[in-house]
Amino acid sequence: MKPQLFRNARLIDPATGSDTMGDLLVADRTIVAAGAGLDAPDADVISCDGAVLAPGLVDAGAFRADPEGCVAGGITSVVLMPDQSPVLDDAALIEHAGRLGKPRLWVYPLAAATRGLNGRELAELALMRIAGAVGVATGRSAIADAQVMLRLLRYAAGQQMVVVTHPESPELTHGAVATDGEVATRLGLPAAPAMAEALQVARDIRLAAEAGAALHIACVSTAESVELVRRARADGQDVTAATTPEYALLSDLALMGYRSYARLSPPLRSEDDRLAVIAGLADGTISILASRHDPRDQEAKRQPFVDSAPGAAGAATLLAISLALVAAGHVSLPRLLALLSTNPAARFGIAGGSLAPGAPADLLLFHPGRGWRIDSDRLPGKAGNTPFDGLPVEGQVLRVLKGGELMFSHAPA
Amino acid sequence: MQPWEITFLLDEAHRWAEIGRAGHKHDNRLAGLTQVNAFFENSTRTLLSFEIAGKRLGADVVNLQAAASSVKKGETLLDTALTLNAMRPDLIVIRHESSGAVALIAEKVDCPVINAGDGRHEHPTQALLDALTIRRRKGRVEGLKVAICGDILHSRVARSNFHLLNALGAEVRVVAPPTLMPPAISRFGVTPFHDMAEGLDRVDVVMMLRLQLERMDGAYVPSTREYFRLFGLTRQRLAAAAPDVLVMHPGPMNRGVEIDSAVADDIQWSAITEQVEMGVAVRMACLDVLTRQRRSSR
Repeated sequence: MKPQLFRNARLIDPATGSDTMGDLLVADRTIVAAGAGLDAPDADVISCDGAVLAPGLVDAGAFRADPEGCVAGGITSVVLMPDQSPVLDDAALIEHAGRLGKPRLWVYPLAAATRGLNGRELAELALMRIAGAVGVATGRSAIADAQVMLRLLRYAAGQQMVVVTHPESPELTHGAVATDGEVATRLGLPAAPAMAEALQVARDIRLAAEAGAALHIACVSTAESVELVRRARADGQDVTAATTPEYALLSDLALMGYRSYARLSPPLRSEDDRLAVIAGLADGTISILASRHDPRDQEAKRQPFVDSAPGAAGAATLLAISLALVAAGHVSLPRLLALLSTNPAARFGIAGGSLAPGAPADLLLFHPGRGWRIDSDRLPGKAGNTPFDGLPVEGQVLRVLKGGELMFSHAPA
Repeated sequence: MQPWEITFLLDEAHRWAEIGRAGHKHDNRLAGLTQVNAFFENSTRTLLSFEIAGKRLGADVVNLQAAASSVKKGETLLDTALTLNAMRPDLIVIRHESSGAVALIAEKVDCPVINAGDGRHEHPTQALLDALTIRRRKGRVEGLKVAICGDILHSRVARSNFHLLNALGAEVRVVAPPTLMPPAISRFGVTPFHDMAEGLDRVDVVMMLRLQLERMDGAYVPSTREYFRLFGLTRQRLAAAAPDVLVMHPGPMNRGVEIDSAVADDIQWSAITEQVEMGVAVRMACLDVLTRQRRSSR
């Protein structure tokens, strides 16, 4: 493959925080050089016209490997949750999952913490690590039994595997589909208090400290759990937390009218919680933004709210929705890109998230100011169920490259 | 619903109640119209009430008691709705166990839909019949103190009554143990109490709610015995209320659990059988009003 020279781009390297105009040279699937006025006579020249060139996004948690939706959203690597069918609780399944998206998307599976995600017997974590698992996850629900959880954390620590947990107390949220509050009461929905999240996060942080394990909380959504993570990190504990754009941009008011696309797990919270999530993203307490991409077909969502499946499709809209945080002044653009690439890559030991020479040429070219409107019927991939349907957004993905190869190119309207 | 819409319906229903009492029970204005009662959740009295209301108005009434069975067999609720719609009914009455389900079906059909109860959300005709009963016995709703007592958390009757009683200017109180009180209850224009004596103090109307027995065995309340001791409506408890207090219950009653038989059966206070009578009148009014446009274009 001929070398490629991206000319006149706004180069943002979230690994260093640099944000400069310049060129970037790619050869042999890797970044060769970045800077002003590069020259490469034998290279194909791609004129970027000042658009942002950044590392491809590393999605720290998706429930489905959906190459089409991911690349349209600028995602080049995705960490896959073990809640697959069958559950990723065996080395052979991990190996298979790792090949799911190639060549367009690289999938990094998480090993199921327990067999069949039953919450009782540990799965073969080391064998799965050897087969390519980048961590261990409890899946869509937390492990209720504290003794099992402590053993899991100890065992995973011995394997240097990060443990990804779901932040809701299974007992307290049993049967609940919303957060306690005016909206749930008005709609007559079974609900659990928001503190069900803090309860679980507090337990898991404490157990992880006991075990000396690396803990990643898959999705925090309440003021109290953000504060617990903030304190643990200040104490020097190896704890990270992610959230999704939904929790930063929506509150439980989005449920009004029984909009089942707004049924998420954890459920959408109060306005105060939403503001605390934004504050956590702004001060670095929450270091990762993930999609939790969970495409559902209409049969699963066009149901009465209680009977509908939880989860939202988030891959194709991840960048555009997240850019609202930049537009609102909560985070800088380089910081946002770190939340979306550098930080998750570092947490799960995945190559990417950097424009340094020698880094893989996983690249995202996008126009941050170009507007479009989210239309759930026309999103690429398996992506109909977005709570942001109809929202006008800014941020158009122009090109996505994986290992220097073009995987997505925006067709001008 | 707006206050004037509520009073309009109550006036219509009052007329049907009077006609019913005068003995001319039958009217043919809905002749040739098909009324489907689609009940996805078990019900006897509400279904019967809608059936009688429809038949008294001359409609062809069909009952579909699915009890969510076809939905469980894999047909989605929306497919069921489309199937119903294809049979070209003129009016559909729906009860469903899930909050919001009736509105979901209503979006997909071409005829008026009456919500006969959806999950914990709303039961509008029950609130209307309660208001009609109160109005007939007390002459007004405005300014009355009304205590709604019992399982507020799971009650669609309570939610619809918050809306309606507030719209008509009543002062609404709710009395329940903390485990059966919904969160953020004070946002609904009602005053919460956990003690019956305080909650019933000088009230003009007491509405008791049914407590489902499966919620009594330690899940929300330790036992029926303990519940009756704390929240059961007895003559002694009723002494705290206004002397001419009206006692109501949407039925079916658990005698000796939420209400003592001595209170339920005492015609000095109890309006419970009158509620059932007003239920038919309110439903006749709803069926009549909602089909007027259809009938005018025939």
